[in-house]
Amino acid sequence: MKLQMNTTLALYSVAEFAANPGRHLSTAEIAARHGVSAHHLAKVLSELARAGILESVRGVGGGYRFVGNARRLTLMDVIERFEAIDGGPAKTRVPATDIGRALAAIESEIDEMAKATFRSITLATLLRLIERQSRHASAA
Amino acid sequence: MKVDVRDVRRDDLHAVIAIDAAATGLAKPAYWRSVFRRYGDPDARARHFLVACGDGEVVGFVVGEVRDWEFGSPPCGWVFGIDVRADVREGGVGSRLLEAIAKRFRRAGVKKLRTMLARDNTLILSFFRSQGMMAAPFIPLEMDLQAAE
Repeated sequence: MKLQMNTTLALYSVAEFAANPGRHLSTAEIAARHGVSAHHLAKVLSELARAGILESVRGVGGGYRFVGNARRLTLMDVIERFEAIDGGPAKTRVPATDIGRALAAIESEIDEMAKATFRSITLATLLRLIERQSRHASAA
Repeated sequence: MKVDVRDVRRDDLHAVIAIDAAATGLAKPAYWRSVFRRYGDPDARARHFLVACGDGEVVGFVVGEVRDWEFGSPPCGWVFGIDVRADVREGGVGSRLLEAIAKRFRRAGVKKLRTMLARDNTLILSFFRSQGMMAAPFIPLEMDLQAAE
């Protein structure tokens, strides 16, 4: 399961917003922090707003703020807004031969593990992991 | 609700069976009686069967044991059953149970806590993740056993 660029940007952005609940962050601010194109990121944030995860804030200093439920929203909920999860490459791309089918079965195993992992991690869990890793890094 | 975690007693089994049956859709009284016989000794250092009690009722349970050198792994604490009554979930009962059994495992000298569950069991998988658990360096495998010809 290879995530596309937009999906990765969405995950970074949602984590950034959820870590600062209530705070408005502008597209330019997040784009600069992660070294990505603001134009590209704007489309991603707009989709997250359509999904009810972010809310657009108008006016001076506007941008977006997090309005999702970090304890309920999983990484898969975000990914599904940007990727076609079912009928992935293993089912559509491989040749219909014995070798193709065997390789597709292996690829499908990997995909299923990846999906289960993304489904089991909420934003709140991700934020705790970030905090824990940061603590370990500071202690080291 | 104030919750206390303690060793299981024989009288608790009906509540444990009910919590498990509500979660899995299958009542397994004989299985739980055998788990109680094997894990219900409060003096055992390596096997633990604990229950969470709130308002005088059993509202959750956890079962686990220390396993030595299984698959080449140094001794670790293995949790193979945990559940909380649906109406009291998200109140920290599961965390209290996991903390309590982790304390027992630490006391037994182990440094890792492990578990295994179905990958579509998102509820419990999310719970363990929320407690800081990550993928272990093991891969569970299985195969269908054909009936003897």
